[in-house]
Amino acid sequence: MSHEENRHMAFICSKGNLDMAYPALIMGWAALGNGVDVTIFFTFWGLDIIRKKYMDKLQLPPVGVAGMRTGMMGVPFDVGIPQIMGVLPGMTAVATALMRKKMAELEVPPVSEFLQMLQDAGARLYACKMTVDMMGLTREDFMDGVEIVTAGDFIDMTEGAQIVFI
Amino acid sequence: MSTDILTTVAFDDQGYLQNPADWTPELAEALAAQEGIQLTEKHWQVIRFCRAKAAETGKSPTLRQISLGTGIPTKELFQLFPKGPAKRVARIAGLKKPEGCI
Repeated sequence: MSHEENRHMAFICSKGNLDMAYPALIMGWAALGNGVDVTIFFTFWGLDIIRKKYMDKLQLPPVGVAGMRTGMMGVPFDVGIPQIMGVLPGMTAVATALMRKKMAELEVPPVSEFLQMLQDAGARLYACKMTVDMMGLTREDFMDGVEIVTAGDFIDMTEGAQIVFI
Repeated sequence: MSTDILTTVAFDDQGYLQNPADWTPELAEALAAQEGIQLTEKHWQVIRFCRAKAAETGKSPTLRQISLGTGIPTKELFQLFPKGPAKRVARIAGLKKPEGCI
């Protein structure tokens, strides 16, 4: 290649919670906005982010999120959420609804729309073949534009890229 | 097109115009040419929208705001202003660096 190679960032999404989906989407979008090439590899629970059936139904379960406080989701009073409260029925739905509302106020689009924006801006989205096989899924389970590749393919495609594991 | 006009005004270290009052359509043409872009009517549509939005809000619009506001799809914005449309348009339109993430 005669000209200098473009900067390339690769994100690995291994978690399917709502709060674990947005970091890659937002950072990936920012990277594209800075002229950086973007590749996102979805593996294990992260596959839910690109599954048609679940992409707009991702949840934010308070259990296991250490240090979570109500103020983080825009509630006027900022109190900690004891882990034991997180297991109560409805807590996940409440936390998810609060976060969705807050994100919408900040003009952050829903996951499906966000992924389409990323693809339109040139991001490449890949599903991990081993996880796809393990979960008994097929190409049809995923949004348009997603390609199923092996971990080895991903490593080949991201030679020289900066990798962010989420 | 001559880019001599670019030496008559000041830019910050990231290439954004220092004094918004210095902006003229001729300057935009020269700035675009410097980035390898020949401005078409579609480019101007985006530039006008961004300048109007910035005048209204005091901030340069983000990529998503530009897409929603002009009705021009993301894909096309990346073709018009390759590699980071929001920042490129802001520079060409004589606006500040966009601050939003989306």
